[in-house]
Amino acid sequence: MGKPARGKKSGPGAFGRGPGPAAGSVRGNPFEVKVNKQKFRILGRKTKHDVGLPGVSRSKAHRKRTQTLLKEYKEKDKSSVFKDKRIGEYDTKISPEEKMMKRFALEQQKSHEKKSIYNLNEEEDLTHYGQSLADIEKLNDVLGSDSDSEETGMLSAELTAAHFGGGGGLLRKKALLGQENEKDEKCKSRKELIEELIAKSKQEKRERQAQRENTLELTEKLDNDWKEIQAFLSHKGSKSETKHKVEEKVKPDEYDMIVRELGFEMKAQPCGRMKTEEELAKEEQERLLQLEAERLRRMHGEDDIDTKKKPKHISADDLADGFILDKDDRRLLSYNDGRLNIEDDKDEDVEESVGRTEDDSEEEEEESEEGSGSDADAVDSHSDLESDDGSVEKASAGEEREKINEGSENKSPSKDQNAKKKAAGLELPYTLAAPGSYEQLKALLLGRPVEEQLLVIEKIKKSNHPSFAVANKAKLEKLFGFLLEYIVELTAREPPELKTIDKLVLVLYDLCQMFPEAASNHVKLVLQDAAHDMEEILETRGRAPFPGLDMLIYLKIVAILFPTSDYWHPVVTPSMVYMSQLLTKCPVTTLQDVVKGLFVCCLFLQYVSVSQRFIPELVNFLLRILHTAVPSRGVQGLSLMHPFRSLDKNCSLLVISETADTKTWQKQNLPLRTVIGSKENSRTEVNHLRLSCIDMCLNLVKRCAVLYGSLPSFQEVMKPIQLLLSQHVPVSAYPAQLQEFHNSILSQLETQGPPYHPLVCEKSDSIPLEFSFAPRLLRNLEFGRKQGSNEKEQERKRLIHRHKRELKGAVREIRRDNQFLARMQLAEITERDSERKRKVKQLFGSLAEQEGNWKAMKKKKF
Amino acid sequence: MAAAEAALSACLEALLGSRSHANRVFEILELLQAEEEEVVLSAIRTCGRLFGAFLEQGELFVGQLPPEEGPLPESHSAEEKYKIWMRHRYNSCVNCLVELMSHESFQIKECSLCTLMTFVELEAKHPLVKAEWSFNFPQELLKLVVKGLISTEEDSSLLISRFQEYLEHDDVRFFAMKAVAENIGNVMQKTKEPLPVYQKNAFTFVSSISMPGNESEIKTFLVKHANREEWKVSKLKEHRRAFERMWLGFLKHKLPSSLYKKVLAILNDSILTLPHMNEPTLMIDFLTVAYDIGGAISLLALNGLFVLILHHNLEYPDFYKKLYSLLDPSIFYVKYRARFFRLLDLFLSSSHLPSYLVAAFAKRLARLSLAAPPDALLMVIPFICNLLRRHPSCQVLVHRPGGPEEMPADPYVMEEEDPSESRALESSLWEIQTLQRHYHPEVAEAAASINTALSEMEDDLMELMELTSYEIFDKDLKKKATAVPLEYQRVTGLFGQKNDVLAEYFTLE
Repeated sequence: MGKPARGKKSGPGAFGRGPGPAAGSVRGNPFEVKVNKQKFRILGRKTKHDVGLPGVSRSKAHRKRTQTLLKEYKEKDKSSVFKDKRIGEYDTKISPEEKMMKRFALEQQKSHEKKSIYNLNEEEDLTHYGQSLADIEKLNDVLGSDSDSEETGMLSAELTAAHFGGGGGLLRKKALLGQENEKDEKCKSRKELIEELIAKSKQEKRERQAQRENTLELTEKLDNDWKEIQAFLSHKGSKSETKHKVEEKVKPDEYDMIVRELGFEMKAQPCGRMKTEEELAKEEQERLLQLEAERLRRMHGEDDIDTKKKPKHISADDLADGFILDKDDRRLLSYNDGRLNIEDDKDEDVEESVGRTEDDSEEEEEESEEGSGSDADAVDSHSDLESDDGSVEKASAGEEREKINEGSENKSPSKDQNAKKKAAGLELPYTLAAPGSYEQLKALLLGRPVEEQLLVIEKIKKSNHPSFAVANKAKLEKLFGFLLEYIVELTAREPPELKTIDKLVLVLYDLCQMFPEAASNHVKLVLQDAAHDMEEILETRGRAPFPGLDMLIYLKIVAILFPTSDYWHPVVTPSMVYMSQLLTKCPVTTLQDVVKGLFVCCLFLQYVSVSQRFIPELVNFLLRILHTAVPSRGVQGLSLMHPFRSLDKNCSLLVISETADTKTWQKQNLPLRTVIGSKENSRTEVNHLRLSCIDMCLNLVKRCAVLYGSLPSFQEVMKPIQLLLSQHVPVSAYPAQLQEFHNSILSQLETQGPPYHPLVCEKSDSIPLEFSFAPRLLRNLEFGRKQGSNEKEQERKRLIHRHKRELKGAVREIRRDNQFLARMQLAEITERDSERKRKVKQLFGSLAEQEGNWKAMKKKKF
Repeated sequence: MAAAEAALSACLEALLGSRSHANRVFEILELLQAEEEEVVLSAIRTCGRLFGAFLEQGELFVGQLPPEEGPLPESHSAEEKYKIWMRHRYNSCVNCLVELMSHESFQIKECSLCTLMTFVELEAKHPLVKAEWSFNFPQELLKLVVKGLISTEEDSSLLISRFQEYLEHDDVRFFAMKAVAENIGNVMQKTKEPLPVYQKNAFTFVSSISMPGNESEIKTFLVKHANREEWKVSKLKEHRRAFERMWLGFLKHKLPSSLYKKVLAILNDSILTLPHMNEPTLMIDFLTVAYDIGGAISLLALNGLFVLILHHNLEYPDFYKKLYSLLDPSIFYVKYRARFFRLLDLFLSSSHLPSYLVAAFAKRLARLSLAAPPDALLMVIPFICNLLRRHPSCQVLVHRPGGPEEMPADPYVMEEEDPSESRALESSLWEIQTLQRHYHPEVAEAAASINTALSEMEDDLMELMELTSYEIFDKDLKKKATAVPLEYQRVTGLFGQKNDVLAEYFTLE
């Protein structure tokens, strides 16, 4: 409990004001007043407690305690409490009307609640205009209920006025009545009036009922007549009849299907005019521009959280499988060369079934009876049907369908390819199940020519399009992984089937576009395996050989599938780190290693060709390769900055052994299979390969020079290479073409490079120093206050002081509470004791009386 | 085989039975040279049992052994003559066993080693030399064993590890250390060139010796003596002296370079840091020689030198100059990179270093980082930043507000070996600026930190030191990506990208 002296202002205590008038009278009483004597009088100090009224305050405190503490004490061991749970009883914010409304609503709700949770049949009735829907659905009642509801819906004005009009209405009514029957008694009593009303309404009701019965009779008659006629009208039932019909015949006949199809055929919707070619080109251009802008943004590593694309709308039917239709997929009617553009059959079927439920509200009953939620089933059955079709009527129907397919498919690059596909497709089943394992895929592809393999994969892709079934997504994702595996096998063949890979890349690209997540995961897995293997070999042997052709191809595929210019990319960045490992950790021992290394260099440059990022390892590796072109005796005594001395055993790998061979060398692109190394070449061929490598190396140096020309320390980066090229590489032994090239590179290396600007940090927002010469003043220089400290300290002291005082006050209060309680307990005890004493006395009294009586009796007897 | 074994046991019984069959000892000794492994093994065992029994029974001559060929003085009785003769047989048996320690079969090696060590134990109990004082130990025999162990021909690390269990006895260890020191001195004096196999064996032996921490730990002895407190073997100081002599004797000679690394690697942990050496400063010669070799060996020697400088007041002129010259492109690729940079961090942690020196180090590291892999870059960039933080006067390298507008070339001289002449303070860290364009985002971010004023707190390098490129790779791969951006430009084939670099140099077929 709070302090009474303080609590009186803020607390709810009305009792605080109670003694007010009394206090006034008391104040005058000198025996009540206690004056606190002050030792010194201080000017300007207001004293609060110079005069006190101890009696008054004590009684106040006592009263307050009796009202709170005593109450608590008395109810100490009692647990039951009285709670008022009426709605809004204590809420002053709610108006009385609202309060009543709420209570009413609650009551209604209670009455509507289920009586028993186990009674399933007792459901809440759905109503329409106050009529239960179940009743409405009973057809024979429709008419009657309709009319009934209509009637009941529109209350007569009189009735309304009489019932709800209230006083005013009644008055008006009176006036009206007065006008009507003036001659009648002027003031019909209220009771009479109401009686009249009731009678009138009863009359009306009766009339209505009679009319309704009449109508019903007529309707029934009409129905009967209709049924008779219906027998003659075959197959053309009305809406109400269809349900019986469908039940009767399980299989709808052809005509019916056609009719329905026609009915459901998409309506021509208004669409924009056909775009001209320029417009299409422009649109494409814009799309590309937007994509490019996005790529640039990623390249600069700008935060993409805010700009991240959010799917605009998530439907309640979304399966959360990440399949989002990028564009509005509703088909617009369009014509191509005067013929209707029709897309894939199956797609349309799906569309159809969806469209049916949406559009044709008339057919509701039919739909519901078929099972309205069976869309997915419908799709499945359709696809099943398709595949059956395909296998049965391979040649005839298959061809036709294919024509449609390919007409609609704008992806297929050229016409002659189509023709080839068609030719090959004749031997293939129309649809192909997606392979469940890599072996299955291999079995499918084995022994087929390239075109056919592609066709097979294309077919798998198409017949397992994710829009047909949910599981197809996973199947195609797996297919991506299998194709990656297949590439390994292709490269392992002798000779490697690079042509096939060349084509497969397109399929991979398409699949990747469909499932970016899964594709990236597959590629990541491949990378991880490769890096892990290399790490293991490195740990055990200290050096790891260059990986095979398959890994190089994979790295290339990464560049094809993903944008390599991103600041950070989940697949590209690890693969770059992997390539950096290749360039730094793999020893160059054979010519194949040189070619592989140069391949990786090219790839690396390809990766950064757009973003123009700096790759220290690359420059280093080129230096290392050029190093092998220097005959070893020339190098001695030179301090070459070359960290790989220990790695490269074959120091003169690229040294031309026979100068005569240089004459016959011709510049040409290296075939990729040199990476694997072919059969033992002749010395001339080896020398030619060496020259090609040197040529490529110089080319890459030049490329680097162009790429890194703007780097601040371009000179430092290129200096080792420049030194090596200008002083040690035996240029004179090379063909003239190479010599020229060498010279041009040298001159470029010497001249290029930006000027050096001293570095300056960006300005950090440092706090400017304040120079003020005004003296520092303490604001509240008051005596009697704690001084000599800053505000914070003062605040702290004040708080401590206050805490101390509060603590004292609280202790005092508790003490007084205890005293009070003790007093009360004592009073209780004394009361109890006196009561007991009284009772004892009473008993003694009565006993004495008895005794007296008895004695008196005794006396009487004797 | 079985016959040989039977013969051996028969011989043994006969010999132990009576002296009259003494000549049968030759049969046993002969079998020690046998071809079959099993036979040799059982012969060794028989020898062990036989001479063990003789030693215990006192059947062998005690004292200065007269030569076998020369006529025996008449003063010897017949029994003494017999004992002298038998002692000669014992000696030849020991020699045989020592030779067998270089047999190709490990089992034979091991068995002969064990037998010899039992002899050592027994001889210590029943000395064959007239005791000059109350303590004796068959030092000559142990020397022979040690000689057999440290073979000059083949790697005997297995045998040495077998010998470890004997080295746990303090007295054996003590005398073994002495024997090793002597042995190394003898062998190495003959040749000036390093003997890789021998030195490797010696190193295996020497490094396997672990010293007791304090005197109270010296209590396990192979030979029990009554008042051993007075014996010098139980003095820790003597042990230390022997230890020191052994190591110095070993390190005095030129080592093959592969051994240098091994020695240096364990040098700091086991020798210098623990107070086993009375005067660690004696190692200076070795360390300075190693430091001058260059490369990884120098890096390793650095650690030892540092301990000496720090704890033993070693004055090393041009220490920083040498350290500076150690920085070459290979430091980012060597195995000891983390160790080296930890030391470098330690050496450069003093705030009293002149700023030209720190600037030279920072600039040189930056220059070298132009050819470093990403894992090294992630470490060296914060390292340079830390240097700049420690020495605010060096921050002109990244912040030179009033400088010249443009410079024709970098004033820093990379080739200069003296850091004071390198003019690093006039330069700027353009290399770090270059690395802001590095392909790895984390490196680029780290390099971008010089664009703004450096924060006060130093970066923690401990984790970055151990970073490997595989770890970076793994981290990148496991990083959760919200979405995977895709290439939007369709390709026409494997080499069909726009501006395909590969297509310019390679063809599919």
